[in-house]
Amino acid sequence: MSDNPVKFGSPAKVPAWVNLALVPLVNLLAAFLLSGVVILIIGDNPLQAMEVLLYGAFGYEEAIGYTLYYTTNFIFTGLAVAIAFHCGLFNIGAEGQAMIGGLGVGLVALYFDALPFVLVVPIAIVAAALFGGFWAAIPAYLQAKRGSHIVITTIMFNFIAASIMTYLLVEVLIAPGGQSPESREFAEHTWLLFFHDFLPLPESPLNISFLFAILLCGAFYYFVWQTRWGYEIRVTGQNETAAKYAGISPAKSIILAMVISGALAGFVGVNEILGVHHRLILEFTGGFGFVGIAVALMGRNHPIGIFLAALLFGALYQGGSELAFEMQNINREMVIVIQGLIILFSGALEHMFRPTIENFFKKRASSPTVEA
Amino acid sequence: MTTSSPALELRRVNKWFGAVHANKDISLSVGRGTIHGIIGENGAGKSTLMSIVYGFYQADDGEILVNGEPCQIDNPQASIAAGIGMVHQHFMLVDTFTVLENIILGVEGSARLSGGLDHARKELARLEKEYSLEVDVDAVVGDLPVGLRQRVEILKALYRGAEILILDEPTGVLTPQEADHLFRILNTLRDQGKTVILITHKLREIMAITDNVSVMRRGEMVANVATKETDREQLAELMVGRSVLLRVEKDDANPTDTIMSMRHVGYVDRDGVARLKDISLDIKAGEILGIAGVSGNGQSELMEILGGTRHPSEGQIIYKGEDITNSPKFNARDLRKIGLGHVPEDRHRSGLVLSFSAYENTILGYHDSLDYNKGTTLDRNAMLEACQKHIEKFDVRPTDPTLKASGFSGGNQQKLVLAREMEQDPDILLVGQPTRGVDIGAIEFIHQQLIKMRDAGKAILVVSVEIDEVMSIADRIAVMFDGTIVGELDVKDATETKLGLMMAGVKEGAED
Repeated sequence: MSDNPVKFGSPAKVPAWVNLALVPLVNLLAAFLLSGVVILIIGDNPLQAMEVLLYGAFGYEEAIGYTLYYTTNFIFTGLAVAIAFHCGLFNIGAEGQAMIGGLGVGLVALYFDALPFVLVVPIAIVAAALFGGFWAAIPAYLQAKRGSHIVITTIMFNFIAASIMTYLLVEVLIAPGGQSPESREFAEHTWLLFFHDFLPLPESPLNISFLFAILLCGAFYYFVWQTRWGYEIRVTGQNETAAKYAGISPAKSIILAMVISGALAGFVGVNEILGVHHRLILEFTGGFGFVGIAVALMGRNHPIGIFLAALLFGALYQGGSELAFEMQNINREMVIVIQGLIILFSGALEHMFRPTIENFFKKRASSPTVEA
Repeated sequence: MTTSSPALELRRVNKWFGAVHANKDISLSVGRGTIHGIIGENGAGKSTLMSIVYGFYQADDGEILVNGEPCQIDNPQASIAAGIGMVHQHFMLVDTFTVLENIILGVEGSARLSGGLDHARKELARLEKEYSLEVDVDAVVGDLPVGLRQRVEILKALYRGAEILILDEPTGVLTPQEADHLFRILNTLRDQGKTVILITHKLREIMAITDNVSVMRRGEMVANVATKETDREQLAELMVGRSVLLRVEKDDANPTDTIMSMRHVGYVDRDGVARLKDISLDIKAGEILGIAGVSGNGQSELMEILGGTRHPSEGQIIYKGEDITNSPKFNARDLRKIGLGHVPEDRHRSGLVLSFSAYENTILGYHDSLDYNKGTTLDRNAMLEACQKHIEKFDVRPTDPTLKASGFSGGNQQKLVLAREMEQDPDILLVGQPTRGVDIGAIEFIHQQLIKMRDAGKAILVVSVEIDEVMSIADRIAVMFDGTIVGELDVKDATETKLGLMMAGVKEGAED
């Protein structure tokens, strides 16, 4: 019952833009600086590397197409990880959920291709959500009802998903007479439209799933902050005891949040399988699910932040491959190091610079805390 | 070192947190071999001041003198070296260690434990005898009752050579009898020449045990007086800055219908421990039923069952004449819909989501009510409006509904929760620790609101560990001990001694 000295410090006002923009920017800068040092050590010019990276990501129309195509995947997985975060859950399983979501898409495209485009695409999208959601629902159920830790179960489910995909593509869905583990090509009328199909753009994998991803950013905001279900998820994530007190079932919130999370991750399958590859293949998820964690962290679990972080990672993916191609000493692995540094600084070391920056602004803030 | 210099002296100590001036020019002199009380409301700066003395914070300005000599205290180690020991409100003990292991923690002496342990054992035997602080040094701390754990904390400080002992709200977790025992220990310590500083907000303790008392208000030291030259009313006025009613004025209750009852309710937790045993209670309209008892004797489980968040293992819950024990209605959400309001015991843990704004907390538990929803969308304007109304009616400060709940002081947070539950106009209101961590001024207000509700014919259950509070607002008092109701009595027959004995498990009438 004594006065808690901590409370003097906590509510001091830090301008919102500091947390939303400045801190991520400082983290990003630190990551780029360190990357520059590494590039210097291996004997290349960091400034030139930066230039190549930026040109490779945004320098010409085709590059932009590729960047946005990667961005699409990161938006899906970033939102997926974020909705789980809002419920206090760390979903490491977006990768596996994306695989299974893609499986759903593939099955629809393979077996319902008698239907016209306007039917088969919505069904495929629903299948992606259902399959991905189902894959997340099992760990969610185990967490909610049995207390199995969601981090462990979702990691394990990534492996299970990968094994299932391998088995199915090697043994069951493999194209008749095919030599590699992939299905037959889907009927052309089930393919999603590429941007270059309806806009005067050079050929790139960018397809209409990008628009779907942007739509989902809006839906995400509405659901999390404007509906009572989002409210229940946030209460559960912030304070489970308060949730129980308020008559909110934490188990229901956990399962709901995870099913939505899995569904969002599953949409990677829509972009990759129905949008680009037009057949079911192995490893189409390419680590997007894991990077989604960094995207969500960096984007503060808010759709606008997630969109920007996804764009950043999209640019890194695209610009990075250009970098590996253009510069002598920089190979694919080096690009992964740079990406790793960004994830390290903006994800794992998220709180390194924050206290210093916040203190700087708190000291400047002049309005005292009101004590009744 | 001269014998005439005070044990501890502070000269014009200042501390800022950002722009908040938490301690303003504090000067304090604590004589050796005295018990010195420091009293003040929450946020008055008592704990900040003691944290400076103990080295958790550094003063921005000012001097600390120990035994007349200036002393640089930058960290708790320096403070211990200067002979200052602190007994925290929340014990800093490792539950799975024995008393002995806890006491040598941090002063093991050498890499091998056995040497330090043997030395400690001898030294403790001496200390225990000298200050009559008997504790079984080989007992595991987790098995000890709170009163004894506190004794371990005191021993720990003495073992480190403390000459000045600071106790922060030491009686919050004790029965009146345990508190009396603590006071006897403190008296012995004083008689042996130790200096004791007692931080508390309970006027009764100040009057009962201290030699001198300092009063803090809003970061300032407003008075330093000898205890025998003052009284409770004067101290309360000094704390708050205006005169305060220490007793709630109320008429006799007119209990009518029973709104909610428990019939032979028992509850066994997951570890198989019986937390509640054969509890029968009637909560009647127009009456405040107070539940007294030391915390941890089943009150929390009782509240959770009545609030619908816990299901009893046996017995029945009857609501407005209907046995709802096995009804689907028996859950927190549906009970609210049929007129049950619930102010939980621990507003931080369950009553509020601290990271949410005030207006988002306004709908906690009522978030699916039509008042706050338009179709699938939460009606932000309705939420803000309701919150604004609560803030005005309950005089919550600051008056900003978009401020995060964590930005309000304890009393204002409590008012937000009370407002939320009371403004739904429930037929029955459960209130846990209505004034825990709440300032005296707000306590008065909260008590008046509860009485007003009672007079409007609502049924009210108040659970409180503050014996004064139960005696001042309840009409009927039930005392809990070890999961049972030891006895029920009318407030007119209740005395502090009687309740205290019952809180220790002695059945009603047994003392006669």
